[in-house]
Amino acid sequence: MLDAKGMDGRSLIRRRAGLRLWLSAGWLTLLCLAALFAPWIAPKDPLAQDLFLGRMPPFWMAGSEPGYWLGTDSLGRDVLSRIIHGARVALTVALVAGVITCLIGATLGLLAGFLRGWVDMVISRLIDIWMAFPPVLFSILLIAVLGPGLISIIIAIVVIDWTRFARVVRAEAMAQGAMDYVASARVAGRGRIGIMLREILPNVLPTICVLLTLEMGIAVIVEAILSFVNLSISTDDPTWGGMISEGRTAIHQAWWVLVFPLITLFLTVLSFSQLGEGLKDRFDPVLR
Amino acid sequence: MTDLYQIADLRLSLADMTAKPLFGTAPRIEILKGLSFTIPKGAVVGIVGGSGSGKSTLGRALVRLLEPSGGTIRFDGTDITHLTEPDLRPLRRRFQMIFQDPMSSLNPRHRVGTIIAEPLRLHGLDAIPDRVARALHHVGLPQAFATRFPHELSGGQRQRVGIARAIALEPDFILADEIVSGLDVSSQAQVLNLLERLVAELGLTLAFISHDLSVIRRLCQRTIVLHRGEIVEDRPTADLFAAPKAAYTRDLLEAIPLPDPAQPWV
Amino acid sequence: MTYLSIRDLSVRLKGGPSLLRRVSLDVEPGEVRGLVGESGAGKSMIGKAVLGILPPSVEITGGQILLDGTDLLTLPPKDRRRRIGASCALIPQDPLTALNPSHRIGPQITDRLVDILGWTRADAEARAKALLAEVQIPDPDRVLRAYPHELSGGMRQRILIASAFAAEPKLIVADEPTTALDVTVQKQILKLIAGMQARHGTALLFVTHDLGVVSKVCQYLSVLYAGMVVEDATVVDFFAAPRHAYSAALLAATPKYTDPAAGLNPVPDAVIDAVRAEVAAFDRGSA
Repeated sequence: MLDAKGMDGRSLIRRRAGLRLWLSAGWLTLLCLAALFAPWIAPKDPLAQDLFLGRMPPFWMAGSEPGYWLGTDSLGRDVLSRIIHGARVALTVALVAGVITCLIGATLGLLAGFLRGWVDMVISRLIDIWMAFPPVLFSILLIAVLGPGLISIIIAIVVIDWTRFARVVRAEAMAQGAMDYVASARVAGRGRIGIMLREILPNVLPTICVLLTLEMGIAVIVEAILSFVNLSISTDDPTWGGMISEGRTAIHQAWWVLVFPLITLFLTVLSFSQLGEGLKDRFDPVLR
Repeated sequence: MTDLYQIADLRLSLADMTAKPLFGTAPRIEILKGLSFTIPKGAVVGIVGGSGSGKSTLGRALVRLLEPSGGTIRFDGTDITHLTEPDLRPLRRRFQMIFQDPMSSLNPRHRVGTIIAEPLRLHGLDAIPDRVARALHHVGLPQAFATRFPHELSGGQRQRVGIARAIALEPDFILADEIVSGLDVSSQAQVLNLLERLVAELGLTLAFISHDLSVIRRLCQRTIVLHRGEIVEDRPTADLFAAPKAAYTRDLLEAIPLPDPAQPWV
Repeated sequence: MTYLSIRDLSVRLKGGPSLLRRVSLDVEPGEVRGLVGESGAGKSMIGKAVLGILPPSVEITGGQILLDGTDLLTLPPKDRRRRIGASCALIPQDPLTALNPSHRIGPQITDRLVDILGWTRADAEARAKALLAEVQIPDPDRVLRAYPHELSGGMRQRILIASAFAAEPKLIVADEPTTALDVTVQKQILKLIAGMQARHGTALLFVTHDLGVVSKVCQYLSVLYAGMVVEDATVVDFFAAPRHAYSAALLAATPKYTDPAAGLNPVPDAVIDAVRAEVAAFDRGSA
């Protein structure tokens, strides 16, 4: 039933930006700032070695060295500074690879799901074939061909992961295409591209947004994995994956070299996925 | 005639999760606001109302798919208002429900025979094939239908399967929730005729929930009109149609388009 | 000349069975024609064919759709779309899916006028406001700024009606516009559609399964069975004495609360068999 204003209770529902949105956005903002201003924030030079200061424990433990908050690795490099500098690589990969993957995958998915017919057939077959490759082997193969480096990692992520977007967006676009407002727009004489951009895209956007943040988390992980197996950028540049890999060899003598980058990685990936869900809850016009 | 159901001051509220604060409990929306009525054994009672009137919620409370937040529901003398699921299980066989959408209430991967047999098996009954055959016979479906899948049937046939599943347990009470609203007029008429016959043959007690008064008139001796969670009228159907008392009942009646161009419609 | 004239329209599932079997019907400006039948009879298919929104799995195999004397089916796709867009509109079935949840109400009405028909933004906005007032929406300014999910089903259906009339179409197809609504809301919406149609002198194709609704809003009706028109009559004649056995049986199955003895009689098997034989004979004749 309607009230006098012609609205019913649904318009009164207020949406809150949940706690998880604040926490995840807070962590990622912190990380972005750290990456941007790394040379000024990092207490030490991340590459400076000092063998006299090797395997110093973090600040609260006995035998810690002042100024080295999270301890040092076996070559005497400051763990905190290396994590801060590692954020640069991690976030660059997350943003660039995430956005490019999203653009390519979502565009193909939208075209396939809305235009259907032969376009859908070609794209869908392509997705099926693509997904038959084992992703880890595929990425190692790609890097082997392209040579290690930041650009290669980004290309590898884009090439492997666009199917994730394409599949989900295609299904969503198909569902939206069956709605009556699409029929109305067709009757009104709007062209296919117009309908796709104006009627379908805004309704698929919340999904794309969630996928994008998930993808950024995945990109961080993939970069870490490739660094872990030494296929990332040169071993001199600090990366989280590289640190974890180095820390692994000395886990019994100096656990902090492994644990702190691992926690950072974990929090970052978790924050990306929670950010996506939180944004969707907050901004999706329809309560699902 | 004894009462199968005695309902007194039945209240039901649900938590409004959309308005839940970050910490603390969500506010509650009251859907049923103190309903009292009885359903005698062997009666066919219609429950009518518009969307949001609480009619489906009431139905689900009667078969205890929902737990009331206040008042009492007595089924054949037993207070079932707050019974736990294990305590309810022996009673479940005695009150059954037929759902609105036969397509989504019948598992598409199972054959009709399996669908009807499943509740029998759950209640540990014997001679299951006989009972399935009897149920199919009662709803007027050929025995060969037992091996078909739901998607091979028409809407009316699917609804018959839903009815067969409910009566196979030989319950005392059946709740039918909007079971003809998705059907064509002809299938509607067939399903209603079938229910009418089953009530007489099997001595069923039936509560028939519908938004459509013209369907109620055909089937039910008594009609309860719900509006915004309250009973606005509860009378013998013939009286209610002859002289509706509540303004809402009159609105409902006058809004039905009769298949007659001469009917004034203001 | 008749405004919409459908001649021998045949439609089938690509490589499959027929969905419409040489359907012919006419609608004049100011007239309402009901398309009645059970689910699967093809009543919605006719409206979709006229508006050029048939699903891709379906093809037109013959016949003409004459809109103001021009056969839409012979026009190039672009011209056809422009013609339909300028002179036809749809009132869809489900008010919950017929408005785009991502856009505010205002742009959903005005953008088509501006983008496709070349109106100025100010004209379109004034038009939208006037139409919302005409469909009795209180506080049009607020509703124009609202998102669809903030409005009730009845309110959304009013907006869809306003939107359909926005460009002064000559023909409107209403596809079961009140099936999802409560009877009391249905009554308001039907009166609204009938009133708007009469005031604007629009030709209206009204798809419904409810003969009660037909008797209230239509002057003519076509009864369909399996994609074949079995009866084409004026509403007054039809309800006085249906000519075809199947449509008579359909009328006898329609509930009538004033008379518990009448209505709700299933269509007899003999009638179904007879009309099926008719369809089979038709298929043999046209093969």
